[in-house]
Amino acid sequence: MELSGGEVLMEALKEEGVEMVFGYPGGAVLHIYDALYQQNSVKHILVRHEQAATHAADGYARATGKPGVVLVTSGPGATNAVTGIATAFMDSVPMVVISGQVQSRFIGSDAFQEVDCVGITRPCVKHNFLVDSLENLASTIKQAFYVASTGRPGPVVIDIPKDFTTPGITVPFSYPKEVEMRSYSPPTQGHPGQIRKAVDIILSAKRPMVYSGGGVVLGNASEQLRTFVKSLGYPITQTLMGLGAYPASDKLNLGMLGMHGTYEANMAMHECDVLIAIGARFDDRVTGEVDSFCPHAKIVHVDIDPASISKNVAVDVPIVGNVSQVLEAMSEQISATEKRADPADLADWWAQIKGWASGNCMDYEASTTEIKPQSVVEALWRVTNGDAYITSDVGQHQMWAAQYYGFDKPNRWINSGGLGTMGFGLPAALGVQLAFPDEIVACVTGEASIQMCIQELSTCMQYGTPIKIINLNNRYMGMVRQWQEFSYEKRYSHSYMDALPDFVKLTESYGHVGMHIENPADVEGALKEAFALKDRLVFMNFVTDQTENVYPMIEAGKGHHEMRLNPARELA
Amino acid sequence: MRHVISILLENESGALSRVAGLFSARGYNIESLTVAPTDDSTLSRMTIVTSGTDAVIEQIIKQLNKLVSVAKLSDLSEIDFIEREIMLIKVRAVDQGREEVKRLTDIFRGRILDVTDSSYVIEVTGDDYKLRAFVDALGADNILEVARSGATGIGRGEKSLKV
Ligand SMILES: Cc1ncc(C[n+]2csc(CCOP(=O)(O)OP(=O)(O)O)c2C)c(N)n1
Ligand SMILES: [Mg+2]
Repeated sequence: MELSGGEVLMEALKEEGVEMVFGYPGGAVLHIYDALYQQNSVKHILVRHEQAATHAADGYARATGKPGVVLVTSGPGATNAVTGIATAFMDSVPMVVISGQVQSRFIGSDAFQEVDCVGITRPCVKHNFLVDSLENLASTIKQAFYVASTGRPGPVVIDIPKDFTTPGITVPFSYPKEVEMRSYSPPTQGHPGQIRKAVDIILSAKRPMVYSGGGVVLGNASEQLRTFVKSLGYPITQTLMGLGAYPASDKLNLGMLGMHGTYEANMAMHECDVLIAIGARFDDRVTGEVDSFCPHAKIVHVDIDPASISKNVAVDVPIVGNVSQVLEAMSEQISATEKRADPADLADWWAQIKGWASGNCMDYEASTTEIKPQSVVEALWRVTNGDAYITSDVGQHQMWAAQYYGFDKPNRWINSGGLGTMGFGLPAALGVQLAFPDEIVACVTGEASIQMCIQELSTCMQYGTPIKIINLNNRYMGMVRQWQEFSYEKRYSHSYMDALPDFVKLTESYGHVGMHIENPADVEGALKEAFALKDRLVFMNFVTDQTENVYPMIEAGKGHHEMRLNPARELA
Repeated sequence: MRHVISILLENESGALSRVAGLFSARGYNIESLTVAPTDDSTLSRMTIVTSGTDAVIEQIIKQLNKLVSVAKLSDLSEIDFIEREIMLIKVRAVDQGREEVKRLTDIFRGRILDVTDSSYVIEVTGDDYKLRAFVDALGADNILEVARSGATGIGRGEKSLKV
């Protein structure tokens, strides 16, 4: 089969099982768009901004586990995509970004819409390629998908000079079946000796604690984690990225840890004697001050990325491998041995944890006059039976969504944890809804974040995605304001959102349904009404308590045992 | 501690900047970095001299290994190895100084490559310690120009760094 470069790309995407591509056309990809036009196995979703293409592909990837695919033009198309590429990179999301490049003979001449895409994206991709010939295009695409989706996943960019996609200039096409890359071999099996050592420590614990992260979601190891933890009866906490991998409703679950984690999870981290870290990377938002991190604990760390091990915190038993395989192997060994942690020790430990939990750190002051943002998330959980896909933006609303929407399943909580990218929520929801047209998808956002990719309301109209947008509108960049309240004597420097649009009218102008809710008594009813509109996108503008803060909180430089609790708890 | 790391790198455009970018992005030290082709035209060999605590060196090695362009790597400082660097140095050489510089060059097993009425260009090969010792021996006042290649290294014995 003789194909042009554009056709090679289409065939390759088909071979990779790609069902949709998120993109935006331009000069350098015109040949590719022409090839796209003349086939019908790959669907193209036309976004309104390249940043949104990457976030939508990212949402698609996080929800499905399959790599998200993006197609953008050279120059501004590529630079617009960078924020979304970096977002995917920080959260290890599999993604393949295809960017057009100027013709190969013009590279380096400051040609129209030329940027060094490979150079610009280098620090925020797992790998990138500048295609050097039409002959190598197919094998490059094969490698890109392989690198993006194996090992610790991540975004891969393929920059294709325009002359390699010219119609009529063809090569014989055959898509490689296998990938042979001598310089890339992702780890798979954990070392049996290390696993034995780990199990021994795990079963000798008096005050054990399991700390799991996004790696369990990405590694599709939720089942294995549940089996492992339940067989031990140990307490477990998850990172922001790991929510849902272990059911929030299970009694062993202490909830999220870290900066806005629960009091009991953080205290248990501080007091534990054995910490079992699984697919987590000891991020600074999780550890608090590292000098006072888990001061009494021996640490076992399971991760697919050797570079994650002992990067921020030195660990005692590292296990490099696929989390699901390692968890299975550990569970097997545990069932093969009689040895168990002393039940009396474990009972004492649980009693101590119950003591910390009895303070009900998540309680907040209810109000009949103002809408409490936390109550909106709780109502959202009830109305969606806790079974929706929830995307979010960045700020207080993100934390409240994480804290008050109890996720029982993995891949349901989709947020930019690593990069913290405002503008992520709406396009990510678009990607999720397109992947799962029959599922409930909601985007919990804030009035500042939503405006960063608001143009995607238009894309949502074009493709009929019935997303529900929950705008927790506090007229502040709430998270910024909160830090200014705590650390800058309430000097609210440029954190006020003035001149806000009328969100209802704005939504309606895109052809969707807008709702404005300001009375606490109306919250649940409005949500029911919105979710009953199964075929429509509904933008719900909740006017919330303007100065509510996110609690509990570990402030900068503090340890897990030094949390700041909601001062309103005693009043409640 | 000072470490000499040898890397076999895929010989492709951009591979060098992946390594250089890693060092600058993560704030690692580079004392010197050299790169050149090998007997295998698909591979280049890079030598990086860096320094840091054990934890930092461990991270550097892991991060380098993580780069898709890195085929193989060895921390030479962990084994018995040979380090060599070439230095070309231009010195003032007048009157009795000419003899003195010549003598020093012989002691350090250097070679004089260029001679004028008032200057020599000398070639010296050795490890970092030897090159610095030669510079010190010549004295700062006499030195007109220094060009060093950066270190390269190879392990002793039969075991070799190969893909
Ligand atoms: C692109 C980007 N710019 C700036 C920030 C810094 N930032 C973090 S939270 C926040 C405020 C978000 O405000 P809003 O969306 O209204 O959410 P709220 O905190 O009020 O719930 C800002 C500006 C960011 N995370 N991302
Ligand atoms: Mg806000």
